[in-house]
Amino acid sequence: MESFWDALRSLHDAYGINLVQFYDDFERSRLLRGMWTTVKLSIICILLSVAIGIVGAWLQGSRYRVLKAIVQGYIQFFRNTPPLVQMYFFYFALGPQMPRVVNEYGIAQPMLGSFEWAVISLSFFAGAFNVEIFRSGIEAVQRSTVEAAESLCLNRLQTYWYVVLPLAVRFCLPALNNNLVNLAKTTTQAYAIAVPETLFVASQIWSDHINVLEMMITLLTFYLLLVGVIVWLMTRLERWLAIPGFGR
Amino acid sequence: MLGAEGESGFTATAFNRRSLGFVLAAFALILAASEAVAQIRTTGGSEGIIEALIKWTPLLLLGPPGEFGGFVLNIAVSFLAMAIGTAAGLVLGLGQISLYAPVRKMSWAVTQFFRNSPWLVLLFFVMLLTPFHLRIGGVSIPLPDWLKATFGLSLPIMANMAEIVRGAVNSIPTSQWESAESLAFTRMQTLWRIILPQCVKRMIPPWMNWYAILTMATPLISIVGVNDAMTLTQDALAAEQKTELLMPMYGLLLVFFFIYCYPIARWTIYLERKYAVRI
Repeated sequence: MESFWDALRSLHDAYGINLVQFYDDFERSRLLRGMWTTVKLSIICILLSVAIGIVGAWLQGSRYRVLKAIVQGYIQFFRNTPPLVQMYFFYFALGPQMPRVVNEYGIAQPMLGSFEWAVISLSFFAGAFNVEIFRSGIEAVQRSTVEAAESLCLNRLQTYWYVVLPLAVRFCLPALNNNLVNLAKTTTQAYAIAVPETLFVASQIWSDHINVLEMMITLLTFYLLLVGVIVWLMTRLERWLAIPGFGR
Repeated sequence: MLGAEGESGFTATAFNRRSLGFVLAAFALILAASEAVAQIRTTGGSEGIIEALIKWTPLLLLGPPGEFGGFVLNIAVSFLAMAIGTAAGLVLGLGQISLYAPVRKMSWAVTQFFRNSPWLVLLFFVMLLTPFHLRIGGVSIPLPDWLKATFGLSLPIMANMAEIVRGAVNSIPTSQWESAESLAFTRMQTLWRIILPQCVKRMIPPWMNWYAILTMATPLISIVGVNDAMTLTQDALAAEQKTELLMPMYGLLLVFFFIYCYPIARWTIYLERKYAVRI
């Protein structure tokens, strides 16, 4: 490994191609930590937004009109406003209103840091789309299936959890795939509230070493890989969940 | 039947009027709460939240006097980026159905690359790697930041438009191609006179959807230092130095975008229903 890094270093000396983010131990660990933050942010947001989608879609089928109106208002608001402004609203406007806690050094700090706020705002943003996606999946479940569940004395929650949702998830996987990829790409916006994710770290590295082009290529490759992995996992999931008689 | 459905389809139904009302009510609630906080905190002699918002609204909407900025800049950037993206996307999309394999493969690769990269990274890419002025012959043309940002935003639009064009062309029945061929149209003529005109109708709803997404991505240009509504909001907040203004100001910006984007979203849904192929 060491000789490989040396080869990269000589590439810089000989041709001026500066891949300092790989051969320098400090920069490499900084970049890897940034990438890990992006992956962590993506995974947490994906899980939370899917949960929001499932709960929201269930609430949309509720009998109470107020509840339905609230869910609808939430969806329309988060779908029709810029995710960046939402993030700023959460971090800069709601953040200071939160109670402060004292950390282990005895310094008062806000209860939620920038990473937590990024998780909250991105999950709500993607969750609004997920509610719509799950709702379309639920609508695709045949009415007769629901009636059959009712005739077996399942209540509304049981029908939703055991019968409708498992089928709906299978119907809406392609659309969900799209939205989750979009979510992973939107995590770059956490840059704006100084979450040390890949783009943030990359911009630090290219400011320190003026190797913008090399860093950009690294960055784009990383995101293409991330999206590739998500798409691959979702296709695996789709195949794993496939049941005879539904879909192709 | 189509006409009747068309007339009543877009005019605000009870449901979408309700969610518009919901959002405005939420904003009013934030305003009232902040106003109350302001009343408690201030010792008098200072202006209220509503006056402060009214004072800053012209700046947020139109930018500093004599300069190009504010929400108007967001809209201008979205128009221009959409125009560039659509034109480039059309070329790229047609490249994907080219008869020449190298062209087809290249267009596919370019599309996938720009479609799967984060917007913000592409924006940085363009902002940092294009010069601040172009020298053609002896003439130097300055490239202002907002123009570079527009190019940056048009790249993902280009790739997604390419997919829309490819999808629309593929959705036209093969018999259309065959009958054009039997009438001795060349491939170029078939494409421009027969296939693409039929595609326009089915491309409009996704195209509008992407326009809304683009408009909602325009605040990203504030990160790379363009004087858009987002930057000006933060400037105004820095000038005011009042914590109780934070929520109303950011809320106001959200409401601006919502009022602009929500009707577009409704209209898209209406057109989607209108142009939907009925089986």
